[in-house]
Amino acid sequence: MARLTLECVSKRYGKIEAVRGVSLDVADGEFVVLVGPSGCGKSTLLRMIAGLEEITTGELRIDDVRANEIGAADRGLAMVFQSYALYPHMTIYRNMAFGLENARMPRDEIARRVERAARMLRLEAYLDRRPGALSGGQRQRAAIGRAIVRDPKAFLFDEPLSNLDAELRVAMRKELSALHAELGRTMIYVTHDQVEAMTLASRIVVLQSGRIEQVGTPLELYNHPANVFVAGFIGSPRMNILETRIAARSESRFTLGLGETAVVIDGQPPSSNEAIQLGVRPEHVRVVAPGAGDFNASVEHCEHLGAHTLIHATVNGRPITALQEGQASARRGERVGLLLRREALHFFGADGEALTGWRGRTR
Amino acid sequence: MIRKLIFARRNGLRWHWTDIVSYAYLVLGVVLMFGPVVWLALSSFKSESGLIEFPPAIFPTSQVEVRVAGFEKPLPLYRVTRPDGSNAVLAQVRRIGIEATMVDPKNPAAVERVPLEAREPVREFTLAWDNYTEPLKQFHFLSYFWNSVFVTAAATLITLVINSMAAYALAIYEFRGRGVVMALVLGTLMIPITVLLVPVYLAVSKLGLVNSLWGVILPGAATPTGVFLLRQYMLTLPRDLIEAARMDRASEWKIYARIVIPLSLPALAVLAIFSVMWRWNEFLWPLVVLNKSEVYTLPVGLSAFQGELQVRWNYVLAMTMVTLLPVTVVFAFLQRFIATGIANTGMK
Repeated sequence: MARLTLECVSKRYGKIEAVRGVSLDVADGEFVVLVGPSGCGKSTLLRMIAGLEEITTGELRIDDVRANEIGAADRGLAMVFQSYALYPHMTIYRNMAFGLENARMPRDEIARRVERAARMLRLEAYLDRRPGALSGGQRQRAAIGRAIVRDPKAFLFDEPLSNLDAELRVAMRKELSALHAELGRTMIYVTHDQVEAMTLASRIVVLQSGRIEQVGTPLELYNHPANVFVAGFIGSPRMNILETRIAARSESRFTLGLGETAVVIDGQPPSSNEAIQLGVRPEHVRVVAPGAGDFNASVEHCEHLGAHTLIHATVNGRPITALQEGQASARRGERVGLLLRREALHFFGADGEALTGWRGRTR
Repeated sequence: MIRKLIFARRNGLRWHWTDIVSYAYLVLGVVLMFGPVVWLALSSFKSESGLIEFPPAIFPTSQVEVRVAGFEKPLPLYRVTRPDGSNAVLAQVRRIGIEATMVDPKNPAAVERVPLEAREPVREFTLAWDNYTEPLKQFHFLSYFWNSVFVTAAATLITLVINSMAAYALAIYEFRGRGVVMALVLGTLMIPITVLLVPVYLAVSKLGLVNSLWGVILPGAATPTGVFLLRQYMLTLPRDLIEAARMDRASEWKIYARIVIPLSLPALAVLAIFSVMWRWNEFLWPLVVLNKSEVYTLPVGLSAFQGELQVRWNYVLAMTMVTLLPVTVVFAFLQRFIATGIANTGMK
């Protein structure tokens, strides 16, 4: 059982600051996903928690005990590496037992734990094999098994699924989710894949250039992104961000200029500033007959996904995508009208921060 | 199958000129590399007189000798062409000037005089095993052999242990000055042994190791080449493995012994082969340190056959063969490790 607290944790490599003042509280049993583009410091942060990197400044507390100076082995955490890091010259059984042997656990207790983990992960048949003789998914499970047998306070996962193919990734995602429910342990999971983050996390931490951009449940991040970066990062396909200017305002409505066209929105503008970034997710853009929407756009190309159709179009040279239910047909160059769903609009200031002053929005 | 292997061609159909060039090059290589060894092996079975024979023979042959009734010593056989053109095989009793006195072995009473140019020795293929057995009896050759085995085995073992530890520290730990230490280690390669000979000898003699096999083993136990070879290999081991072991509460000794050493086996095998070859053939340093014949190693012992007045070439050649054998065996067993990399590392 573990509660992890990070307080203003930073990591500096010479002049480069990889992690800048990250504060985070991970409650016991929580599944926290650190997500961000590559180089955002998420892996470094995880390795600092694990004890594999020193913390330059700030404090890490495990169960309210300062852990900065505690060695990796003694923090009671288990880590699953991206490369699995299974010992190639040992059988799966010995791989799992290695940590327990080092802790001088009695032999029968080791056997009991390894067998329990193997049963949980459906690895019983492979205990005598070496990692080289296992498939990617089995190796991944063996690596998780090595973490499970140690009965750690918390699990740390460093992009564990990125070496698997797409189908296996989906299956392993489900297994990890079930494993978390079964073990009820704190898990911290690093990924660059926002789909993984959305599906696994009880809370997501979005990082960019070593700083936390936003922390929240998956739906909080999806519905109320704190800034343009989170808005663009969470959700697939990406949210459309349109640079607009307030062209006119009256008591009950305001007009956002979009090149030669404009969008009229009810309510008071969220900012007194002229420049506003308008965000709308593709699933909230409806394709209608030309002239019937907020503005007209010309279709660039269509991606048919079967259940959905992704339509890439341009409005006055700016790209915008719309996700349609079913199998829509639109030809390249065709003029269509686009209707933006009013309650799903997001407004961001010129600095990229979310503007929350718009009353027309339903919370 | 063998036919196919021997006549393997580029496209399997016709002889391309590159096939011919490749084969010619390979054959040349075989002759250059293997020719001297074959010559050594064959010559080591020649008798002392067979070695200085001119023109030299490829195979170890010697003249056939027979016992003839009425003569004490065995007589050498010759194939003789008589003036009338008939041929006979006769035994030579004695040689006077340009004529030889010969008898027919079946009929010892009939003595003939034959001019030297009319006869030719009858040769047969014989192996002079004496070359091998005599030095083992007369000289302390067996004890040289065991000295060499001991020096080679002990030195290789110590070299592997010490070098792998140094390599572990220089590869796995990141500390200030790591590069400088590595450069210093490699820098010692630049110092020729002739410069070191006297200071190292003084150190060894102060330690009382002159005429002791340890005096041969210890000075060369840590080799910069070995440290470099092992370190470069250890650098290629995935860091995740080391970190996973640290998370698994493994002590540094355990990481070294249970993770890094087993995974570095290919590099260790290469170093072991090198070390065995260096130590087995090492000559100069043992010659300096070892002065008593009881503690001679093989190469030093071999040089003892080359006395000031005469060189027993037949013994030298035979014992060189004996010297060659162990390294060949070691190489044959370990060479498969050279090729195997970390193909099955379990990493992606």
